[in-house]
Amino acid sequence: MAQMTMIQAITDAMRTELKNNENVVVFGEDVGQNGGVFRATEGLQQEFGEDRVFDTPLAESGIGGLAIGLGLTGFRPVMEIQFFGFIFEVMDSVVAQAGRMRYRSGGAYHSPITIRSPFGGGVKTPELHADSLEGLVAQAPGVKVIIPSTPYDAKGLLISAIRDNDPVIYLEHMKLYRSFRGEVPEEEYTIEIGKADVKREGTDVSIITYGAMVHSSLKAAEELEKEGISAEVVDLRTVSPLDIDTIIASVEKTGRAIVVQEAQKQAGIAANVVAEINDRAILSLEAPVLRVTAPDTVFPFASAEDVWLPDYKDIVVKAKTVYNF
Amino acid sequence: MSMIEQVENQFKTFQILSEDGKVVNEAAMPELSDEQLQELMTRMVYTRIWDQRAISLNRQGRLGFYAPVAGQEASMLGSQYALDKEDWILPGYRDIPQIVYHGLPLYQAFLYSRGHFQGGQIPEGVNVLMPQIIIGAQIIQAAGVGVGLKKKGKKNVALTYTGDGGASQGDFYEGINFAGAYGAQAIFIVQNNRFAISVPVEKQSAAKTIAQKAVAAGIEGIQVDGMDVLAVYAATKQARDRAINGDGPTLIETLTYRYGPHTMAGDDPTRYRTEDLDNEWTKKDPLVRFRKFLEEKGLWSEDQENKVVDQAKEDIKAAIKKADGAPKQKVTDLIGFMFEELPHNLKEQMEEYTAKESK
Repeated sequence: MAQMTMIQAITDAMRTELKNNENVVVFGEDVGQNGGVFRATEGLQQEFGEDRVFDTPLAESGIGGLAIGLGLTGFRPVMEIQFFGFIFEVMDSVVAQAGRMRYRSGGAYHSPITIRSPFGGGVKTPELHADSLEGLVAQAPGVKVIIPSTPYDAKGLLISAIRDNDPVIYLEHMKLYRSFRGEVPEEEYTIEIGKADVKREGTDVSIITYGAMVHSSLKAAEELEKEGISAEVVDLRTVSPLDIDTIIASVEKTGRAIVVQEAQKQAGIAANVVAEINDRAILSLEAPVLRVTAPDTVFPFASAEDVWLPDYKDIVVKAKTVYNF
Repeated sequence: MSMIEQVENQFKTFQILSEDGKVVNEAAMPELSDEQLQELMTRMVYTRIWDQRAISLNRQGRLGFYAPVAGQEASMLGSQYALDKEDWILPGYRDIPQIVYHGLPLYQAFLYSRGHFQGGQIPEGVNVLMPQIIIGAQIIQAAGVGVGLKKKGKKNVALTYTGDGGASQGDFYEGINFAGAYGAQAIFIVQNNRFAISVPVEKQSAAKTIAQKAVAAGIEGIQVDGMDVLAVYAATKQARDRAINGDGPTLIETLTYRYGPHTMAGDDPTRYRTEDLDNEWTKKDPLVRFRKFLEEKGLWSEDQENKVVDQAKEDIKAAIKKADGAPKQKVTDLIGFMFEELPHNLKEQMEEYTAKESK
């Protein structure tokens, strides 16, 4: 086992798959010689050559088309969108083209594409870098959406994403890139897409979350413990499709739940989780399922992040509301 | 001379056959055998009949979405004829004849028109995509296919088509620019039929030719008489040779015309086209001039033409009958085509609809 940051685990996953399969190609803006704006592809072009790891012109839509075309000619593209706020330029390729390829050809073709992209607040980026837009792509039939929160999950899930024969959107929270190290096996391993992970067991309230909010939720759970409330933290890991079984098992055990996301209340995927719980476990609920989210404004100006982004205190308050309902 | 004039002067229309079927550019004459010349004519006549039948079948409600092709036979079929079987075609929504001649069975083209998944189930080994509805998407994807072919060391190309309106899309520029930057083995054809639904080409751009847009990508561009099947064939063949020899992609603008409406979904060209303009382009009919050319060489007769017409009608009848025999689509079919392995939500819905369908 090695101690790695999440970004190192991500690089390691790509290196593993570049080694394993000669059809894996990695490309995007500045991912080649530069090694990526976050060093996610550091050293990969030097190790595997320009034919496998290469830069593209600055045009997200073109990158999407390149990935689809390479997919049709036998490659397994791992494309990077420099920041997920730029997804709007390539929404057609990702959602309307790659996501529909298998369906519209009745299975004759498919798009084995992984779309890597950083997002997430707390690091004072300029406009349209940090926006949480997973809700948009989670609504698209034909794509899966992964958001890891630990180095271990990041590696196993990225290897699974690259091996998946359908398009996978893999979102990397910028605040988690280097904020801590975790144990990551040096050998290859996979984590099943669509499987949540209970990051902390508890009996009184389920906190269902993903991305950076996993860590805020774990911190909130510690605070709640001091007050005698036992919180279970469920890390969704895949936000589309949801791991219904793990969510429902947790809620049936605790009888109370909150859903925590960094995205605005009208965005993200929290409403979907609430609806699934209402559909499937209403008889277990001692209280309504409440949400911790950001306010329904445009993502904040950098200096306003601290007051805008949901944090562990918001989670504590909401968990107590549910607990004392 | 102004810079703009200088640029335009480099994109003069390439032509081999005049409107009366005379060879006006002997030096550019492509090497085609008598049989090949006859085959080209056969395909154009066949497609003209197919277009007439498709319009009629659409009116009877026996076909769905249909974008007429009459007038564009030389542009469509002359370019496809320059391809090898292993080359890829990324068609737009009007480019059905090309993918049929590349190997898609006719009854599947009819199923595509009706909206049936079997229309998209391209047979293995037929390198065509389903018709692209999002104008411009095929251009960036063709750049990708062209890069893939180059990386795999294949001596093949990706050929894609859009219309004059499509050349205004961002994906058009991105596609030709990516292809140029990577030396993709790709050919981009803009079929300029002068109208994007009701909007004349003059309202798309101040550029006098679409071919000159190649300059923005730093690639070769050529404007071709799109009613001249030999010129279209020669230009495509040359672009193909360049691409597989590592000399990069080419943008070809074909000047053509659609005699019919934009689609069969209620478009009325008399609202935006004058009779004079229609008449002017009727004189340029690709079938008329190529027929004259072949008749003078003693390679074509009325009898031959009638045989093609009869064959086309017979084939179309058989294809429609075969399309009629396709099974009705079920929701479980559609769910089954979403992923290689169904995720949780779809597994659940598959069970739900399987139960519903078994009632």
